[in-house]
Amino acid sequence: MSRLLNRIATGELLISDGATGTYLQNNGLEPGGCPEEFNASRPEVIRGMAAAYFEAGSDMVETNSFGGSRYMLAKYGHGDRVEEWNRLAAELAREAAPEGCFVLGSIGPTGEILEEKAGTADAGEMYEVFAEQARGLAAGGVDAVCVETMSDATGEMKLAIRAVKEATGLPVVATVCYDRGPRGLFTMMGDTPQSAAETLAEAGADVVGSNCGIAIGDMIEVITAMRQATDLPILTHINAGIPRIEAGAIVYPDTPELMAEQLDRVVEAGANIIGGCCGTGPEHVRAFVSRLRGGSA
Amino acid sequence: MADLADIPNEFIRGELDEFVERENERRELIGLYAASAPHLLEIAAAIIDGRNHDADRLTLEALEGGTGALEIMDDGLIAGMALVGIKFRENFIFVPEVLACARAMKAGMVHIEPILAASGVEPLARVIMGTVKGDLHDIGKNLCIMLMRGAGFEVIDLGVDTSADEFIAAVEEHEASVVGMSALLTTTMPNMGHTIEAFIDADLRDDVKIMVGGAPVTPAFADEMGADAYGDNAVECVEVAKRLAGLAG
Repeated sequence: MSRLLNRIATGELLISDGATGTYLQNNGLEPGGCPEEFNASRPEVIRGMAAAYFEAGSDMVETNSFGGSRYMLAKYGHGDRVEEWNRLAAELAREAAPEGCFVLGSIGPTGEILEEKAGTADAGEMYEVFAEQARGLAAGGVDAVCVETMSDATGEMKLAIRAVKEATGLPVVATVCYDRGPRGLFTMMGDTPQSAAETLAEAGADVVGSNCGIAIGDMIEVITAMRQATDLPILTHINAGIPRIEAGAIVYPDTPELMAEQLDRVVEAGANIIGGCCGTGPEHVRAFVSRLRGGSA
Repeated sequence: MADLADIPNEFIRGELDEFVERENERRELIGLYAASAPHLLEIAAAIIDGRNHDADRLTLEALEGGTGALEIMDDGLIAGMALVGIKFRENFIFVPEVLACARAMKAGMVHIEPILAASGVEPLARVIMGTVKGDLHDIGKNLCIMLMRGAGFEVIDLGVDTSADEFIAAVEEHEASVVGMSALLTTTMPNMGHTIEAFIDADLRDDVKIMVGGAPVTPAFADEMGADAYGDNAVECVEVAKRLAGLAG
C-alpha cells in the first residue's frame, strides 16, 4: 500500500494546498496564458508555490498540470510537450516537499465530451491522453494522481481512473465538480454526489471527493451525501466562495478566517483531506492548519 | 382556451404534464401543441426524445406529404426544442440529453434550411456568438448556440479565443443585430468589457445589442462593463436574445 494511503488510514485529518491558478495569476501568468508552460519557463515560481504551501502547513500539494493533457496543451500549440511539462510539474513540487509530505499529480478535464455522452471524443483516444499525462507525472515522482474538477463521473472520470491505474499503478484521488441548480447539486452531466461517489468507488478510485464550483456551505452538503454512499477517504478542495466584481477587480469573498470557522462542519460531514480551490492561497492553508490543529503545526 | 387533453400526442402530453411546472409556460406550450398537426407533434416528440433518425425520417415524410417547411420547423422542430430547454433549465435533463436532442433537431433542419433559404424566408435574427480572447472553453457557448438555433435564430459561431476585431468584423459582414460573448475564466472575463469598448471605438455600439454569460459572469458584472443583458443559462440566453432582437416582451 502506498505511503499516502497508509497515512490516510491512520485516521489523521490531512491538509492539502490552495489554488494553483490564483497563485500563478498573482505571479506573472497573463490572462489566457498557458499555466503549464511555467513548468519550463518559470520553474522558480512553480517550486516557490509548492514551498509556500508546505511552509503554510500543507501535508500535500498538487502539481501545476491541471491543463496538462494533450487535448488542452494542443490548444496552445504545445501538444508535443505533455510528457516533459507533466514530469517537470511533478519534479518541481517534489523538490519543495519536506520529508513525509506528499505530491498529488493534477489532471483536469479534457474539455471534450465523449461520444457515449452525445459528444465527439473517442473513448480510446481519451484513454490514451489520460495515460500519457499520468506517465509524465509518475516519471516526475508524484505519490498519487488527483483527477479533478470532473463533470462526467460515469464517462470521462471513469476512463481517467482506469487509464491512470493501468499506466502507473499509482493511487487515484477522484474529485467531481458540482453546481447548484433548481433541483439541487448536480454535475454538468447530471451526476449527484451519491451517484458519483458510488461510480468512482466502483471504478477503483482510492479517494473520492469534490472540488471547485460551489462555496463551502454547498460543499458540506456534497460531502455529507458522498459519505453516506462510500467508506472511502474523502478529499475536498473548496473555493473561497463565488467570485464577484469589486471596482473592476475579481474578488473571492471567503476570507481564510471565514472558511476556517466552518471547517469543523466539513470534518463532521466526513472529509479526510481538506484544501482550497479557486481564490484560496497559502494564508487560507495557514488558517486551516490553525483551526484544525490548534496552531501547533 | 386549450387544455392538456387537446394535445393529440400522448408522449408530449405526458412530458408537458411532468416537466413543465411554471403556469405561464404550461399555458403557452399547451396552446402551441394543441394547435399543431399530429404528424408534426410526432416530429416534436422525436426531438424531445433525442431520436435523430426519426426526426430525419419524419421531417422528410412531412415535406413529401405537402406540409410547408416553415410549419414543420415551427410546429415540429422548434416546438420540440422548447420543451427540451425547459427540462434542461429545471435539471430534469443534462448536457448529454440536450446534445442528443440538438442532434435530432439538426437532422430535421438539414431538410428545412435549403427550402427556407431558396424561398427567401429570413431567420428570427442573426446572432454572433464567441468565447472571448484568451479563453478556450466552449461547452456552455455551444449549448447556447444549439438552443438558439433550436429557437429559429441564425447563429454565426466564431468559436473560442475571439478577438474584439473578429467580433466587429463578423457583425459587419453578417449584419447581425445581437452579439453574445462567453467566458469561463475569471481572468478572461474582463475581455468582454474590452470587446464592448472596441465596439464603442468602432462607432458600432448602437448598431448591436450585446449579451454576456458564462460561469463567473454575474448580472452586476454585465452591468458594470456595459452589456445590454446577461443570461444565467442556455435557456435564459434564448429568452435574452429574443428580447434583444425585439421579438419578445
